[in-house]
Amino acid sequence: MKPQVRYWLRHLSAHIDLPLLGIVLALMAIGLVTIYSATASEGLARFDNQIINMTAALAVMLGVAQTPPQTLMRLAVPLYALGIVLLLGVFFFGVSVNGSRRWLSLGITRIQPSELMKIAMPLMLAWFFHKRESELRIHHFAIAAVLLLVPTLLILKQPDLGTSMLVGATGFFVIFFAGLPWKILLGLAGAGAAALPLAWQFVLHDYQRRRVLTLIDPGSDPLGAGYHIIQSTIAIGSGGPWGKGWLKGTQTHLDFIPEKHTDFIFAVFSEEWGIAGNCVLLLLFACLILRGLRIAASAPTLFSRLLASAVSLVFFIYAFVNMGMVSGILPVVGVPLPFISYGGTALVTLMLGVGILMSIRTHRPH
Amino acid sequence: MPHIQSPEETARRFRRRVRLAAPLALLCLGVLATRLYHLQVTQQQYYATRAESNRISLVPIAPNRGNIEDRNGIILARNYSAFTLEVTPAKIPDLKTTLAELGRIVTIEPKDARRFERLLRESRNFDSILLRTRLTDEEVARFAVNRYRFPGVEVKARLFRQYPENTLAAHAIGYISRINEEEREWLKTAVDEDGDTQTGNYKGATLIGKIGLEKQYEFILHGLTGYEQVEIDAGGHAVRVLERSAPTPGNNLVLTLDTRLQRMAEAAFGERRGALVALDPRNGEILALVSSPSFDPNLFVDGIRFDDWDALNNHPDKPMLNRAIYSAYPPGSTFKPMMAMAALTQGKRTPEQTISDPGYFSFGGHVFMDDKRGGHGIVDMYRSIVSSCNTYYYRLANDMGIESIAAFMRQIGLGSRTGIDIPGETAGVLPSPEWKQKRFSKPQQQKWFAGETISVGIGQGYNAYTALQMAHALANILNGGRVFRPHLVRAIRDSTTGETRRLENAPVREIPLNPEHVAFIKRAMEGVNKQGTGARAFAGAAYASGGKTGTAQVFSLRGQRYSADRVKERLRDHSWFIAFAPVEQPGIVVAVMVENAGFGAVSAAPIARQVLDFHFTGHAAEGPAPEDRVSEEEGAEPEMETDPPAQPVPTATRTTAHPASPAAPVRRNREERG
Repeated sequence: MKPQVRYWLRHLSAHIDLPLLGIVLALMAIGLVTIYSATASEGLARFDNQIINMTAALAVMLGVAQTPPQTLMRLAVPLYALGIVLLLGVFFFGVSVNGSRRWLSLGITRIQPSELMKIAMPLMLAWFFHKRESELRIHHFAIAAVLLLVPTLLILKQPDLGTSMLVGATGFFVIFFAGLPWKILLGLAGAGAAALPLAWQFVLHDYQRRRVLTLIDPGSDPLGAGYHIIQSTIAIGSGGPWGKGWLKGTQTHLDFIPEKHTDFIFAVFSEEWGIAGNCVLLLLFACLILRGLRIAASAPTLFSRLLASAVSLVFFIYAFVNMGMVSGILPVVGVPLPFISYGGTALVTLMLGVGILMSIRTHRPH
Repeated sequence: MPHIQSPEETARRFRRRVRLAAPLALLCLGVLATRLYHLQVTQQQYYATRAESNRISLVPIAPNRGNIEDRNGIILARNYSAFTLEVTPAKIPDLKTTLAELGRIVTIEPKDARRFERLLRESRNFDSILLRTRLTDEEVARFAVNRYRFPGVEVKARLFRQYPENTLAAHAIGYISRINEEEREWLKTAVDEDGDTQTGNYKGATLIGKIGLEKQYEFILHGLTGYEQVEIDAGGHAVRVLERSAPTPGNNLVLTLDTRLQRMAEAAFGERRGALVALDPRNGEILALVSSPSFDPNLFVDGIRFDDWDALNNHPDKPMLNRAIYSAYPPGSTFKPMMAMAALTQGKRTPEQTISDPGYFSFGGHVFMDDKRGGHGIVDMYRSIVSSCNTYYYRLANDMGIESIAAFMRQIGLGSRTGIDIPGETAGVLPSPEWKQKRFSKPQQQKWFAGETISVGIGQGYNAYTALQMAHALANILNGGRVFRPHLVRAIRDSTTGETRRLENAPVREIPLNPEHVAFIKRAMEGVNKQGTGARAFAGAAYASGGKTGTAQVFSLRGQRYSADRVKERLRDHSWFIAFAPVEQPGIVVAVMVENAGFGAVSAAPIARQVLDFHFTGHAAEGPAPEDRVSEEEGAEPEMETDPPAQPVPTATRTTAHPASPAAPVRRNREERG
């Protein structure tokens, strides 16, 4: 091996957290295997694509892992500002696809600014609290809340309930870990509960209301909104303890599972690998979250603590909301299963998060 | 409340919150795990079943329908395989364009397009819908080449019902056609002869017998539906066959009909409207059942075209009407032998008793005229039948009274359904005081008048019977009172074993008749064909036969004087003839009714003659031509293809020397009605 290469490898590996890498690689391997099963009938294009996506995402992770948290902190405000500008752009000039306005056309390609916000939001808030670490006052929480709400509501209005929820959750986690007093937290929870009927009436769109209602009684609309949930629960349940075996899921291969390579990929995995496979999957996610929180707990600065903890919990939210919706205990929101669902954008964002965790882990003051 | 935290406190608080968040997250994953345990372990069975029923679909395979053949094995209904073009709309993005493109490869007539649209409305999206039937080989080949352009369009081989004899005996055989809503509803509760429900057996069936034998013996002909267990995907498309249970074809019907006799009898009617029933009095087997004009049942099989249906339905001759079992007419003088039999049986007359016929019978201030001006003179029972003397029966009816007449006629089967094994039979009208009471609502109409009895006595008045009933009643008398149910099916041949099972055919009841009386009636009716009103038609017959002419007044003319030349064709009298042969041991009874044909001896009798000739000799002898064109020798039917008869057949040549019928068309009774 040339010394140059060896140098680079050592340099790169110096900023890698091996447990995290192991977990993420295991999850992505599960993802590849499942995507193969879900899409093999239509050719290997998706499978191949996903390998490219994963390679790109790993590269992004590596790159971010090399970046010291201080540099990330410097990026917080510009990224957030850019995100807000783009979201406003979407709000006013966005491209509608399937009835929701999520994309901004840049001539040759379209971008989805809400995806950027998933990273920009925790960066921004972590930066915000870090800057005020020694003089934190109650009104700072109010400012943070505004920083949180503006993009969240902009995304909710697109409408994109899933992403706005994720973005909102990331921001909220930062605020929570920054030390939002319990009194305010409980007060907000109470107010939120009280406002729920109002939100139901005025904020949620029809399709969102339907999804919630469908969750309560999927049988009420077995061919409409309930169909997806009914079919995915059948897939999961019929998987049994050991699953039907790879490539042998009937619900999967006879097309009963909707969105089987993206949002509902968990049903495919459950059907073919049973509860045994699910245990492995849940364990991997638990490890991911715990590892992330551990990195957060031992991080040296408030910025990195807040960022790492928020990113870890976002992984949790992703996984829990997706699996909860596919197994029928949460309403259907468009959230992919992290590291497993097909698709490049979400994967890159997630790996960016992993990269951030690695960066925080490996850039400690000596 | 301004609140300042030291960085240390912030860090402590952070760690507390992480220690809180981690277990909470794990708890949530635990909840998820519980849910998964519930789905995958506790309820696995339930969901496994649901997944199975998702993926497996039972596809019914319709059985082949049984054939129908006549008594000699001639096929009257069968199936043939043909290619159809079928379209599954669910698989086609742009149906309109696809149809237009298809139209360039195979012929799609407007009727095909109309039927397709109708079926499209009635079926579910992923059903395969018939677009064209009976593709030619060329069309099949052309489609095969272009197949790749038409996903969702398929050529399939399907069985079609075919009636190879076309219009022959169409009313008896009936036809099959698409199952309608009403029939679907009926099938939900219907049971076959073993008491089995039929709903499941008609899954996937699209056709059902609509009239005739096809309807009556539906469950025997239909067969047992087979099933294919097919794996389907979410779109309902079959992926592969998992299991198959073959259908059992329907059983075949062996009829009592004699196709050649039937064909000959139908031809004898020509363009005329009417009905004919020929049956074997010894067992009730129907040899010919004619309703003229007929229709082509093949038109119905894959959905009748609107204009065909319109033509059939609105034709003034009503070809769809089964006149033999549904049209009831006054029997006219064919009623007289039955009246005579009633009088003998009830002891109201002896054969020897005579009356003096002055040419009329007056009763209660009304005068009932005889056919013959000046009357028949001294008339005994024999002469009353042979020369069809009205006065004799006016008096007899008056002496017997309506109750006695009705009682006897009911016994021999008039005025009630014979029980023939095709649906749609009418009971006709056997007039009696009770009948009139029920029939009319106004009290003044409900009363029975004695004068009405008198016209009933000569087969006019309210009397109305079908050709089938007349043949049946005559058979019952000739049979000495043993009553057989007239029937068209003699046996059922099992399609799998080939075993033929004769249908049970025992007398259904016995009428107490005196054999001597029966012998007398036979002799008197023989006299009709020898020297009476049937003599001209039966001149030179190679067998001894009995007969009786009749003329049924058309109801609307009642009360007016009748002149065949003056009234429109539709208002002319109906012509009847009933006959049997041989006289000693009758083997065939024929009842012929020709609508608006006038006098019975002229138009109905020659048809009966042809049928009897054919029955006994295998040839329609050159009998008198229809419509009394006696000089036209070519009026006889062309010879039927048949085996040479076992014995030399005396050709029944016309003998013009034969005395004219004593009852040549003359003015007849038009009784007044109160």
